[in-house]
Amino acid sequence: MSRYFTDEHEWIDVEGDIATVGITDYAQEQLGDIVFVELPDEGATFEKGDDAAVVESVKAASDVYAPIAGEVVETNGALEDEPALVNSDPEEDGWFFKLRIADAEELKGLMNEAAYKTFVASL
Amino acid sequence: MTVNDDVATLEEELPLMALPLDGWHREKGARMVGFAGYHMPIQYEGIMAEHGWTREHAGLFDVSHMGQIAFSGEGVDAALEALLPADIKGLKPFRQRYSMLMDADGGILDDLMVSRPGDGAFDGAAIYMVVNGATKYDDIGWMIEHLPDEVTMNHMDEQALLALQGPEAGEALASLIPGAADLFFMQSGLFAWRGAPLWISRSGYTGEDGFEISVPADSVTLLADALCALPQVKPIGLGARDSLRLEAGLPLYGHDLTPDVSAIGADLGFAIGKRRRAEGGFFGHGRVMRELSEGPVQRRVGLTIEGRLPAREGAPVLAGDKQVGTVTSGGFAPTVGAPIAMAWIDNDLATVGTALAIEVRGKRIAATVAPMPFVPHRYRRARA
Repeated sequence: MSRYFTDEHEWIDVEGDIATVGITDYAQEQLGDIVFVELPDEGATFEKGDDAAVVESVKAASDVYAPIAGEVVETNGALEDEPALVNSDPEEDGWFFKLRIADAEELKGLMNEAAYKTFVASL
Repeated sequence: MTVNDDVATLEEELPLMALPLDGWHREKGARMVGFAGYHMPIQYEGIMAEHGWTREHAGLFDVSHMGQIAFSGEGVDAALEALLPADIKGLKPFRQRYSMLMDADGGILDDLMVSRPGDGAFDGAAIYMVVNGATKYDDIGWMIEHLPDEVTMNHMDEQALLALQGPEAGEALASLIPGAADLFFMQSGLFAWRGAPLWISRSGYTGEDGFEISVPADSVTLLADALCALPQVKPIGLGARDSLRLEAGLPLYGHDLTPDVSAIGADLGFAIGKRRRAEGGFFGHGRVMRELSEGPVQRRVGLTIEGRLPAREGAPVLAGDKQVGTVTSGGFAPTVGAPIAMAWIDNDLATVGTALAIEVRGKRIAATVAPMPFVPHRYRRARA
């Protein structure tokens, strides 16, 4: 399994043709207490960069973009009852949705963990 | 590019200023944001935790961005009564009132606190006023334009302002300044602490018991340290200040109150007493009296929201398919445990219990007109 990162502070775990998407620890820290996550419908298809989900913190709503193109095959129902999972475990149990990858070539433009750490340190 | 865009860009590019506690906030781990032209702490450990701490213990808020103005000179009371609908002439020493500046059409230019100093506070000024940070220079300009030359205004930007709020605020402050806990809601007093004069009023913006403390900027770090060394007190950021005041049903200027709306629609008629209504003689009196008899076009109301999706400022409020209002403040309410909102809606629908809907990102969420405050006020009033 490989983990990729975007400059929009999302992580993507790739296993076969399925990508699991969430937001990074840095992102949840910046957003603060998360009180609601609006997830996409299963079966929805996205182009890279489309609005895919919305994270509501106490103060504000933030968009989560589709990091790559694909079809939503599963969403994390646990976030409906416990949106704070995104704060407590952003990079594991707080995942948002799984995509069937439309074009694996798009993964090549993403960062690995070391590159993402360097990127965050530069902010 | 339009003229408005140019102005907006210019404002965004103005450098933010530092308040006296700037370094103190950063040492405490605050995340700083630009607000009202200053670097200000939005949060320290997190909005939910800070909100809860203030409801259960005592939170210290730095509100030094607000404008503190002292008025002196001959005829101050009469001159201010021409600008404010408050009963200034009847304001006794050490007493405070909520009021607002209104334009000639009754539009609200700012909301504010006005009090009568005593014991020679603020160099013996006749009136002390606290106005919003984002509007203070406009307020001062408006008042310079409309006050007679005999009245002197002193914008005391050498004064910092702290708010200590929460059920344990009284015992916390009393451990530093014993007499402060004797004040009742909307009373003030002059106290000395380590050589610094403190003007303390029992008031605030959270719905909890608490105090607002005007302190010389060169003593504010010492005072903030002394307060936060107490077991009851933690520093609280602007994020929780906003969620606390929303639960308390208190309007936020620039959002729930604007120059387009009036005091009666805003449900602030309590700030306009019998004598002022009868005698008039202040900007906006005509609209106040007209709306008292005919009703305003829209009213500020509270809304409870079904589900967990928060409705934010700007969201349309619907009755059937018709837009009947707009959310002016909204978010998740930590103490309520659900999203809540303030909205301006058509007068005929502004009764508690009216079922409405709010549109959020193309979805309709159910909302009901609710009484405010959403969380009961716990002020320490003089009489029960």
